[in-house]
Amino acid sequence: MSLILFLVIAGIEAEAYDTPNDDGSSITTTWTTDTKFESFEILRSENPEEGFEKIYEVNKKTSRYIDSQVQGGVQYYYKIKGQSADIELLSEAVGPVKAMAQIFNTGRSNIAICIFILFFAIIYYITRARRGEKLFIRKIPGISAIEEAIGRATEMGKPVLYVPGIMDIDEPETIASMSILGRIAEKTAEYGTPLYVPTSKAMVMSMAQQVVKESAIKVGRPDWFNADNIRYLTDDQFGYVSAVDGIMVREKPATNFYLGKFYAESLILAETGFSTGAIQIAGTALPDQLPFFVAACDYTLLGEELYAASAYLSQEPTQLGSLKGQDFGKLIFVIVVVIGVLTRLLGTEFFYNLFNTMP
Amino acid sequence: MKRTLPIVIVFACGFFMIIAFFIPLRGFQDVSQTLQNWYIGVIAFFVFIGIFNLVKVNVDKIQRRLRDWQYNVILLIFLAIMMIAGFVGRPGGGVFLYLFENFHIPLGATMFSLLAFFVASAAFRAFRARTPEATLLLIAAVLVMIGRVPIGYYIWHGFPDLVEWIMTVPNTAAKRGILFGADLGLISMALRVLLGIERSYMGGGKE
Repeated sequence: MSLILFLVIAGIEAEAYDTPNDDGSSITTTWTTDTKFESFEILRSENPEEGFEKIYEVNKKTSRYIDSQVQGGVQYYYKIKGQSADIELLSEAVGPVKAMAQIFNTGRSNIAICIFILFFAIIYYITRARRGEKLFIRKIPGISAIEEAIGRATEMGKPVLYVPGIMDIDEPETIASMSILGRIAEKTAEYGTPLYVPTSKAMVMSMAQQVVKESAIKVGRPDWFNADNIRYLTDDQFGYVSAVDGIMVREKPATNFYLGKFYAESLILAETGFSTGAIQIAGTALPDQLPFFVAACDYTLLGEELYAASAYLSQEPTQLGSLKGQDFGKLIFVIVVVIGVLTRLLGTEFFYNLFNTMP
Repeated sequence: MKRTLPIVIVFACGFFMIIAFFIPLRGFQDVSQTLQNWYIGVIAFFVFIGIFNLVKVNVDKIQRRLRDWQYNVILLIFLAIMMIAGFVGRPGGGVFLYLFENFHIPLGATMFSLLAFFVASAAFRAFRARTPEATLLLIAAVLVMIGRVPIGYYIWHGFPDLVEWIMTVPNTAAKRGILFGADLGLISMALRVLLGIERSYMGGGKE
């Protein structure tokens, strides 16, 4: 429980309380005043009567300080000193306050509830799929076109280029991209079509090599795998773009995939690919880059479709069940949004405030 | 075992990180931070793997005299020059900084500046009014472009406000809709990976 004390002395109203939802390492002090000060000093002591020492000074615009130099379980008292050229005012001591660790971050409880709902929806639909129930999943043109695009490259006797974005493996888009790469590598290995995967991060290269190798083994074509086709180019954004553009212009791949996280390079890549006459399939979760891909590529996976692609391509009941669970979660959230809009239009903040998230 | 062990590690680490997000206790946060620090350590190690791969692939192309092998020679020469300049030069200055500022940055800027031409060519194709959606896109784009330049204000004083409305209401709503779906998709994919349902990032397959 947080201990909150209010005292109004000499124009500065100070407050000190255990910082909520932390690991017991800080105390928060806030203050208000009607007097114009140039700066404020925060003073701290373990005794309410004496021993107050300045621990920090802030400018006049600040009215909050988080003291993270405290020991857990020790009682502290605080004073705020307002200073200007002709006046110095000291607030009454506020306290005692102890820094206490919280077991659960209540500011994130709404996120926990959302994850639980989605988790159980996915488990529920996976269970239904495992029972053999046929689940309807809407057709996603961009994903359906992947096999056709690989087939086109095979017929033309040209390679397939796969660009997994410019970010490292800690990005969710890159992980999704690696999952899709596994499916695409299976197809290209099956058809014997060369697959180039230039990477911007060495760890992505290492993972991509492993993914492609395993896929080749899975379809019984370990001889098809060539580690040199999955190579590291450079970490530099535009250095990487120029190198990939060079591959496009020199090798003329018949099919280009851009699946992962992209920034300013998205349009440079897609337009160069367009100029070489390749069929292009792109996908990213960044809304700012999607218009570029939509304009320059034949198919674009929008946001969630990128994350769904691997499951969709697998056609495994459990994976499709998880997509259905995701759609169910989306339905719930759409209902919540509609209720939120309606309640705010009616002037009530209660429902809206349920979804406020504290850090 | 070859597949079970990675899945167990992914499950344990992934769920621990989720739990640590909700539990602010110091022990949880310390372990969470340690795991993230390990990741940074691994990344640092992979720099050497990246350079090794770069050298191996390029030397191989030179040895086999594959097409345009001369460019691979240039790449390796400049790689060596930058590395030597970095090792022998003084930190934060010297030859390395000179090469970086006078070669690397202008080259990157050149690539970036291509974007202006690519935007024009992509916009030309995207704005052809072949379907009702493309027509809507064309109208919105023309309005935004006119409203964003001073002459738009002199044509009609309401253009800047109209553009502001397009950007903050329909545009933001569409972006939020995409983000909303993407975040749900992300959580769903994360659960598939953590539960071992999604294994294609390991090459797929069963035990």
